[in-house]
Amino acid sequence: MTAQGWLQIVVFLALLTALTPLLGGYMHRVFRGDAILGSVLGPVERGFHRLLRVDPREEQDWKRYARSALIFSLGSWLLLYALLRLQGSLPFNPAGFGGAPADVTFNTSSSFVANTNWQYYAGETTMSNFSQMAGLAVQNFLSAAVGIAVVIAVIRGFSARSLRTLGNFWSDLTRALLYVLLPLSFVLALFFVSQGLAQSLSPAQAFTSLEGVKGLITLGPVASQEAIKLLGTNGGGFFNVNSAMPFENASGLTNVVSMLAILVIPAALTATFGRMVGNRRQGWMIYGAMFAFFAVAVGIVYAAESHGTPAQHLAGIHGGNLEGKETRFGIGSSSLFAVVTTVASCGAVNAAMESLTGIGSAIPMANMMTGEVIFGGVGSGLYGMLMFVILAVFIAGLMVGRTPEYLGKKIGAREVKLTMIGTLAVPLLVLVATAVAISSRYGLRSIYNGGPQGFSETLYAYVSQTNNNGSAFAGYTGFVQPNAPGNDGAFGITFADLLGGGAMLAGRFLPLVAVLAIAGALAGRKVAPAGPGTMRTDTPTFGVLTVGTILLVALLTFVPALLLGPVVQGLTDRML
Amino acid sequence: MKKDLTATAVGLIVLTLVLGLLYPLAVTGVGQVAFNDAANGSQVQLDGRVVGSRLLGQGFRTARYFHSRPSQTDWNPSATAFSNAGPNGADTRDAISERAAAYLETEGRYDAGLTRAEIPPDAVQTSASGVDPHITVANARIQAHRIAAVRQLPLDRVEQLIDANTDGRGLGLFGEPGVNVLELNLALDKETR
Repeated sequence: MTAQGWLQIVVFLALLTALTPLLGGYMHRVFRGDAILGSVLGPVERGFHRLLRVDPREEQDWKRYARSALIFSLGSWLLLYALLRLQGSLPFNPAGFGGAPADVTFNTSSSFVANTNWQYYAGETTMSNFSQMAGLAVQNFLSAAVGIAVVIAVIRGFSARSLRTLGNFWSDLTRALLYVLLPLSFVLALFFVSQGLAQSLSPAQAFTSLEGVKGLITLGPVASQEAIKLLGTNGGGFFNVNSAMPFENASGLTNVVSMLAILVIPAALTATFGRMVGNRRQGWMIYGAMFAFFAVAVGIVYAAESHGTPAQHLAGIHGGNLEGKETRFGIGSSSLFAVVTTVASCGAVNAAMESLTGIGSAIPMANMMTGEVIFGGVGSGLYGMLMFVILAVFIAGLMVGRTPEYLGKKIGAREVKLTMIGTLAVPLLVLVATAVAISSRYGLRSIYNGGPQGFSETLYAYVSQTNNNGSAFAGYTGFVQPNAPGNDGAFGITFADLLGGGAMLAGRFLPLVAVLAIAGALAGRKVAPAGPGTMRTDTPTFGVLTVGTILLVALLTFVPALLLGPVVQGLTDRML
Repeated sequence: MKKDLTATAVGLIVLTLVLGLLYPLAVTGVGQVAFNDAANGSQVQLDGRVVGSRLLGQGFRTARYFHSRPSQTDWNPSATAFSNAGPNGADTRDAISERAAAYLETEGRYDAGLTRAEIPPDAVQTSASGVDPHITVANARIQAHRIAAVRQLPLDRVEQLIDANTDGRGLGLFGEPGVNVLELNLALDKETR
């Protein structure tokens, strides 16, 4: 650990905090309908609605809102599946890759539509440029936009407006894309190109090294995909090693910008929330609870990685753990990235998660196990967090013997039941999927390393997929390419592909529907004026209570599993 | 229901065209014009032929050159992979140990005082990308002894070249400094041509 390492972490946290109200205020105006770019982009927005034949002013109740979101996601899934399977007959395919097998494609399609971007495939050796651009990158935009739209609808339900409806899905989707994701991505992509990220449709460039060894420089539309991969907390890289590849993440500067891009929208949405419910302190309370988890996690991972691994110590090597890390990032920036990508449900990685120390990998797993609510995915992080807030309000209400209320609205039995479904469904799915995978011979085929490491691989795989993160202990596989590169003779490990794909879809859409139902129940409910007996939810005390609730509900569920894998590895100096 | 289906179908077509083709092609167009070198992978040419990219490490094996970090993929930039070596794996330990022994044998010949405990981790642990273009300054300073002896250059001069080919931290703060191995080796060739 160095002073410089800590300093860059502190500066990063300060930058994120400074950007939060700026972008949060901007998004508030976007969804209120008076965006700064409105005069320029307004005609585009209206034209798009005319093409879709939707009336953006038509209000939808929660069921109709959810139906629109689900149908749109289903359509996206079908389109992506078709594009990937037909890849061999589509353009922009300089390397001539055929389509991947059906089971792997099921996993990949589910992964991108669920904003997970779990990758059993290796980008540069299986996917054509067309699949990357028109298939995967489009879903990077769309799944993120669906997340933003849903959280905005949910906030409307919590806010004091008198309507019993949540807004219009098509209008929210359009605005998320047109005013937020697309302009930010365009600017970010150009910045990335200027810093060395590749952006070309040319075939691979042959080269001969100074020692006469021949090689190929694979190029592609990397920067454009990279921008939305980060901003949309998607995480699916153009290259197999993701943001560790210099063409995806060229320097210490692109690295810090990448990390900000991952967290800025989820963080800013807390400020949007505060503004939409008419009390900015409510937004900052949520930001503070997220921030506390985040800062502690970074500190632990940085300390663990600086300590090094038992393997290197027994080999007589001193210093921190650089296995699977890049020199230009070093231990500080790699530790920070590992935490950023797992608190957000991004899943981009700039270092090999599987080669982190035991404790250094326990923390990323714990981050995901919270249900991705520490900033979390764009939209999904905040709406997940709001369910924990309801739970905290409910628990506090039980403790002091009052009817629980949040933002002046009474929380009834139905909302609490839905909250329990929304917060417990995912942990339950994770535990069942991990148990099934680790106890069946079909699941064992995916494991690369033995012992506790193999258990960690399996646990990580299902925690990551079900919580829609997408980062991996990359030894765990569902896709075998005997004649790599290319898809000739490649086959999937059907069990892992289907179980993971199903887990991703359930982990995305169960909480999404549950939280829309909660918002639907709260929408239009009368707001009681705050009195002396009202429990305030915009204070640090309530922030602590929220943190405690997350620890109790989400993390304690997983302690036994964490102990069996990464914690065992982290507590020993020996080989396992 | 019917409304949603229409909107989904039309929306997906329009959005695929805009986000999937127009957006990346626009970025490609602007990028190719404004940042041509970077957009095409920061290729390095020598006497008119491409010898690599300044962003991609390659495997130098001869004693005349600085050596890159160990790579899981034999420094292949068109099929990247992690080593996925676990922190408690006996195979991880053995691999590091073997690389340390080889490093000691190569560099110890020119730097007699070098001990295993002084080997920087980056010299014996695989990089993430397999094509890490950098090594740490500590690693380069150890290898400098070999380069100076083989190329019959003063050690001072080699160290100057190391400094000249070290990429600093982002904005002076983010990440770590790294010595760009390909550029350093090119500079060496120029020096002793």
